[in-house]
Amino acid sequence: MSEFQFPSSIRSRPIYGKFEARAGKDCLMIADAEGAEAILNMVQKSDDSQEMMANTHIIFIPKHTEETYVEKLKALGARQFYLGVSYEASVPRLRHILTNAHMGLQVYLAGTEGVMGQAQREAIEAGIPHVAIQMEHRGSVARRMQCVHCKGITEDVITDPFICSHCGLNLFVRDHYSRRLAAFQGVRVDAEDHGNVPDQVELYK
Amino acid sequence: MSGGKNKINVKVVEISKVNDLVTRFSFERIDGALFPTFSGGAHIVIEMKDGEINRLNPYSLMSDPMDQSLYSISVRRDDNGRGGSLFMHRKVKLNDEMVISYPVNLFAMDLRASKHLMIAGGIGITPFLAQIKQLGTLQGHFELHYSCRSRALGSYVEDLTDHYPNNVRVYFDDQKQTIDLVNLLKGQPLGTHVYVCGPKGMIEWVRNTAFEMGWPHEAVHHEEFLAPPSGVAFTVNLATSQKTIDVGEQQSLLEAIEAAGIDAPYLCRGGACGQCETRVLECDGDIQHNDHWLDDEQKVGKTHIMPCVSRFAGRNLVLDR
Repeated sequence: MSEFQFPSSIRSRPIYGKFEARAGKDCLMIADAEGAEAILNMVQKSDDSQEMMANTHIIFIPKHTEETYVEKLKALGARQFYLGVSYEASVPRLRHILTNAHMGLQVYLAGTEGVMGQAQREAIEAGIPHVAIQMEHRGSVARRMQCVHCKGITEDVITDPFICSHCGLNLFVRDHYSRRLAAFQGVRVDAEDHGNVPDQVELYK
Repeated sequence: MSGGKNKINVKVVEISKVNDLVTRFSFERIDGALFPTFSGGAHIVIEMKDGEINRLNPYSLMSDPMDQSLYSISVRRDDNGRGGSLFMHRKVKLNDEMVISYPVNLFAMDLRASKHLMIAGGIGITPFLAQIKQLGTLQGHFELHYSCRSRALGSYVEDLTDHYPNNVRVYFDDQKQTIDLVNLLKGQPLGTHVYVCGPKGMIEWVRNTAFEMGWPHEAVHHEEFLAPPSGVAFTVNLATSQKTIDVGEQQSLLEAIEAAGIDAPYLCRGGACGQCETRVLECDGDIQHNDHWLDDEQKVGKTHIMPCVSRFAGRNLVLDR
């Protein structure tokens, strides 16, 4: 199962829903890894999927799922389908789409929090209100973390605490999230008592 | 208590006929101080002492939001209305002293928008006049589509087309010109917000079309002042103040509450802002809900009422006021 029920937390922590096909001029779907399942699920359930696909651009970043979903996604018959080797490699295309898009564009983001958050930030900067962007979490619960001390970003953090990949401090994984940075905040865990670092545990285990 | 209750004593310094239906009024402060600045889309509430009746009507400010020396409004004469606009047109004279509220904005521009698409119908042009002046200072990007009955009744058409020939397009009903709304909305770049002010039908048309085309709710703004409808007189019991009041045919419930000397909250006086929402304690009869604030559950359940525009018919109504 690629779905995960996040426990309730502070208000800052993003919560994700289930895709709901909405009317719109054009459609942009971005997914990484198991996020493909959210797209497949919505499109297969939709009554007028052909009409929707005729105006849809899909960006898919397979990561470890490799070929698992590629053919299935292609078979949906989107107007454009782009296979990205990484999120970073897809950014120029994403920005190009948003620059030329019109109001009425529907944005669907699926997969890990890191990719959804970064794509959401691009869409917000392009002028879509954040609440109008649909997101459905699938797959890994790893997080994109910002070190509040050195401001460096560490991707795919799966343990708490973790070591900042930039300054080497031991950081506590907070639920405090920034849409602007598309990252959760990591705060030094042994600030009061240097060296007193709790054992690492995997997130949500 | 409510935000719009800070009052300013003013003097009428300009009464100009704009066309057969619309007259512009300008005010200066009597104390010689400066008016507060406001943001485009704001309105003021004007107190009108019309014989026995004390009217409080909202009007959008149309002057430059940064000009603190003068406030201007435009009033369209409504011969079938409750009399507020007729009072302004017929009884108000130059140098009269009047009382107005501080400005309140329920139709502000979202300044995060990269483009402001404005759609106006008739006298609905007034808030846009202030917004356009504000955007001039901010160097904001706007486009105005303005629909009016005829050239003769098109308020400020020449001003707008002279000053902003590339931003303004006017449509005259008598020449069968209509806004091509679907194509207009289809071509708007991402980051555009749409604003509509005009008759009820126009507001619904723009909002519904935009939503059907996938526009986010947060990017679609509207302003519609409802005039309190007149109706059959009725009686209301006010539990907190322990008073029984009569609401006249031409009076709104809110006006009757105020006439009884009770300090009730309000802001827009037009069923939009939610400020005057009042709990219903007992109701034996029907509430005529005329607002667009309460949700259906509150309306059907008769749990709340908006005294600024809604009325009652029946045996007994007790309010928590």
